[in-house]
This record gives sequence, C-alpha cells and structure tokens, in this order.
Amino acid sequence: MNQIKKMLGIVWMLLAPVIVAFLAWQAFEKISQAGTLTRSNVMLQWVIILIIFIPICIGLLIFGYYSFKGYYDHLPESNAEITDY
Amino acid sequence: MSNNQHSEKGMGFIIGASSVGTLIEWYDFYIFGMLATIISKQFFPEDSGTSALLSTLAIFAAGFIVRPFGALVFGRLGDLIGRKYTFLLTLILMGGSTFAIGLVPGFKTIGWAAPIIVLVLRLVQGLALGGEYGGAATYVAEHAPPHRRGYWTSWIQTTATLGLFLALGIIILIREGQGVEKFSSEWGGWRYPFWISLLLVFISIIIRMKMTESPMFAKVKAEGKTSVNPLKESFGHRANFKMVLLALFGAVMGQGVIWYTGQFYAQSFIENICRVNFIESRNILLVAILFATPFFVVFGALSDKIGRKWIMLIGMLLGIFAYRPIYKSFIEWTDPANKRELVDASKTTVSPATGSMDALNKKKMLVTTIYDTVYTDGAKFTFTKVDTIHFLTDYTGATASIGYVLTGKVNSGLSDTIVVKAKANEGSQLAEGITYAVSEYKSVKQGVVIDKSLDKVTYWKIIMLLFVQVIFVTMVYGPMAAFLVELFPTKIRYTSMSLPYHIGNGVFGGLVPFLGTLIVEFTKTTENPAGDPLAGLWYPIGIAALSFIIGAIYLHNKIDNNVMD
Repeated sequence: MNQIKKMLGIVWMLLAPVIVAFLAWQAFEKISQAGTLTRSNVMLQWVIILIIFIPICIGLLIFGYYSFKGYYDHLPESNAEITDY
Repeated sequence: MSNNQHSEKGMGFIIGASSVGTLIEWYDFYIFGMLATIISKQFFPEDSGTSALLSTLAIFAAGFIVRPFGALVFGRLGDLIGRKYTFLLTLILMGGSTFAIGLVPGFKTIGWAAPIIVLVLRLVQGLALGGEYGGAATYVAEHAPPHRRGYWTSWIQTTATLGLFLALGIIILIREGQGVEKFSSEWGGWRYPFWISLLLVFISIIIRMKMTESPMFAKVKAEGKTSVNPLKESFGHRANFKMVLLALFGAVMGQGVIWYTGQFYAQSFIENICRVNFIESRNILLVAILFATPFFVVFGALSDKIGRKWIMLIGMLLGIFAYRPIYKSFIEWTDPANKRELVDASKTTVSPATGSMDALNKKKMLVTTIYDTVYTDGAKFTFTKVDTIHFLTDYTGATASIGYVLTGKVNSGLSDTIVVKAKANEGSQLAEGITYAVSEYKSVKQGVVIDKSLDKVTYWKIIMLLFVQVIFVTMVYGPMAAFLVELFPTKIRYTSMSLPYHIGNGVFGGLVPFLGTLIVEFTKTTENPAGDPLAGLWYPIGIAALSFIIGAIYLHNKIDNNVMD
C-alpha cells in the first residue's frame, strides 16, 4: 500500500498543474468567445474560479509531495505525534 | 470533569445549546439563496434581468467562498480564548448581518449602495458561518463519551439540513399567506425571514450564555497548554498540515459535493431543467429531507461501531454511480413527450394570443399563446408557443408597457393582413386597431413547457429519488464531525478542522450549482441549443471519485478513543 501511495503521489503532483492549465485554457477560450456585452461578466466568473482553485491545486501538489515522500505511510496514533515538534 | 461522565440529560442540553445556534446560522445563510430571484429584482436595476440574477448568485457564492477565512479567524479565536465565547460572537455576527439584510432599502431608493451593502453583509454571514461549525462540532465532541462520539456529534450534522428545511418552510408559508405580488414588493414578505432571524438568534444567545466552556479546553487552559499561535501550529508544521490536507482531499471534498448535489442542485435541477413549479419543487425537497434527516443520527451511531471511514466513502461511491441514472429519470418522468395519459380537453385552457414587437425590428412581431394542458392523471403542463409575424411595413404604434391583442385571420403569404390593437395599460379599453399587411408568418409546431404541476405518482417517485440522494448525504455527513475531531489535537482542533471543512463544503460544495450550470452551458451548440442537462453532474461525480480514491487508500478506519490529548 505504501508503494501505491508513493506512485499516487506522483499522480497528484502532475494532476495539480494539469487542472490549473485546463482551467486557464477554458478561461481564455470562454472569455474570447464571449460577446462584448457579456465579456466582463464572463471574465469575472473565470477570474474567481482561478483565484479559488489555484491555491487548492497548490494544496494538492503538496499533498502529492508528502505522499511521494512517504509521510502518509504512517498516520499518527496519538495527538502527541502531531504536537511534538 | 472527564469527558465520558456526562449524563444523557447533560449531553441533551449540550447538543441543544450547540445545535440551536448552528441551525439558526444555517437558516440565516440559506434564506438568501432561496430568495435570490426576488433579491436580484430589489437590489439591482430593474431592467438588468439575467445579469442581476447572476450578480445575486455571485453574492450568494461570495458567502460560501469567504467561509474558509471565517474558519481561520474564528478557529484561531476559539483555540485562543475558548469555544463558548467564540460561539457567541459568531452567532451575534450572523444574526445581526441577516437582520440587517432585511432592512436594506431597494435599488429604487438608495441606488448602487443597495447591492454593495448587501454584499458586505453577505460576506459577514460567510465569515460567521466559517466560525460556527468547527466550534459546535468541537464543543459537542469534547463533551461526548468516546464510544458515542459519532452518535452525539451527528445531531450537529442534522442542523445544516434542518436549517434548509426551516428556511424553505418559512418562505413557503409567508409566500402562500401573502400572495406572490405582495410577497415580492420592495417591503414585502420576502424580508420577514430575515427579520425572524433576530428573534431566533436572541433565543439562541440566551441558551448559549448558560453553556460552560468545553472541559477539554478548560483543562488545556488550566495546564497552560493552549496554543500561542494556532494558525502556525495548524498549518506551519508538517505533522499537522499533512492531516489537514488529507482531511480535505480524502473526505470533506467528496462530502461537500455529495451534500450540495443531493439537496441544492437537485431542487434547482427539478425546478429549472424539469420545469416543475416553484412550490412543488421545494415541497419535494422538504418531504425528502423530512424523512431522511433521522439517518444522520443512524449513520453517526453506526460509525461508533464500525468506524467512520467506510460509511462516508460508500456514501460517495453510491453518489458517483447513482447520480446520472437518477437525474435521467427526473427528465424522463417530467417530459411531456413521455406522457401517455390523455389530455383532459374539458380542463385545458388556451389564453388569448398577445403580441409584442421586436426591440430592434419594427416589422417583426412575436405572438405568444399560453396553453394550460391538463392530463387525465391530474398533471398540468403549461406551454408557451411563440409565433413570428413579419409585416411589410414598420409598426408605428406605441411599444413600451403596452399590451397588444392580435385579431383578424392569419395564415401565410402576402395577401393576408392582421389587425393590431393596442391597450395603454391593464384594464384599459382597446384602442382602435391598425391594419398591417403580412409578408411572412412563422408558426412553431410545438410549444415550450414553462411550468409543470406533477401528477401524484410522478411527484412521489421524484420524492423517493431525492430521498435516496439525501440518504447519501447522511452517510457522508453523519460521521464527519467525529471524524474531523479525532484527527486533530485539542489545542489546535478548532482551527485545524474548520479550514478543510469550509473549503470542502464552502468551495467545492458551494460551487456545485454554479459549476454544474456552467458545464451544461458548455455543451450547448447550434445543433443542440439545449445542451446536455446531465453534463453538470460530472463535476460532483469527478470530485467525489477523486476523494473516494484518496480516502480509500490513505485514511485508516480507527476510532480515536482519547481526544483529550
């Protein structure tokens, strides 16, 4: 299972930028296609979507990194394992 | 006091005090969305139509998106000063901002100040809600005996759905009592749910003032072990931050989309895609919620026996496979083309045709006829048929705010004429008519359904499928509070669990209606102008699938018997 987590870590690290790239491409396409009257509305929608999902994808990238490095191979059994810095 | 020595009666008060306030906060949050159409008309310029509604929905969404920030602000406060006082603060903020929304004058009175004030108040609502849930779940969990933590915290889990139920119920009651027109006027009944909130909040504050601080937090504070910087400890140290990420991607993200699809998106789909009327679409949701809500407690209690993980993940898996067939059934059962029952001609009515001129082309008139078609099984579908007539010459009569009545025979071809009569306003007499020669007459073959009232069998079949969806919701959400509490240490629990919860629900879940609608728009083409109405489901299905995979592989199924450390 730990080997699967390691391989999936790579998948998550790759997925994060792919999602951002897909959203950016969609934003560009939809804003370009929008008419003059609706362009500002469409632009606002996509800017908000990107602002929200970019930090989340960064979180997914970090999650993937942690998974690849084996930090999820063992989950804490007690809270002392979390708070003993 | 040990956290496993609270009597059932003691736990009853703790649950009640936490739940009442949380339920009211959910109610405050949801009435805004339920009244979005009216709010858009009141707080935006009169002629801005769809853009006003979109802006209102954007303001609605803003309340969701700001929840994680509220989680950070109040989560930090709760870990620094305690659960009880943070609770009171979130309740006062939510109640105050909700009441204030009901007091804001309309656009007609104060112009652009109206939507700006409403946006600010909506953001305050979102911040307050961001602080409420983490506190309530933490507070209850820290009082509950470990072997019953899932059961006791599941009562908190019912409050979001019950808040939705309360919001729907109050709005329907007031609307039915006042009538649509009075309800929708500037100072009409739509404001009452906002004002009612203040009374509910006042009662809740009195109850919460009697609460004692969480014993675990009190112990941590007495021992001088509170966190000096809960934000840094929650997110700045890998050991805890990795658990925050796991909670989000492996559990709450999937739970959020299942929650919002099974309730909000379902009701919106039934109303806007299937065109079931306002009252019936909401009654369907109310009935489904009523019967399904006890299952939050059932699955919360079950999670105490068999663990939290697989109940939540199976709920996600069921949603992944069942959503498309369920929503396909909604469409098929309400499609007039599939009605086999004969039309009851004695009850079917056709309105007189009314005309309106095209805004840009003075030779083009649109003629609208409304058919109320009643079927022998009691269903009533309202169709609107819009034909187009082209004149040889420009129409020269008045066009604004005037009703037109079409008279005279119309077939097709250049030799036909029609008589157009104008009336100045409702109730006035028809003016003398003017005759126009027709160059072209286009008649559509079939009307478009604009409203449906369902027959009893279909009504209850849809309720059953919505009930099934809410069962998925109870599976993913019932054990969630106990699950999140057990992941994090006491001194940073409020901060650590609040953020993934509000990102998963506020962002991933809250965006289901918006992104679902957007995806359907993407599928519209010239050849298929209606698009694929089921396409919007790919968003919650995809997110739930990702969460299922991560949760299945990374989460363990152990219950933490000791959350006092």
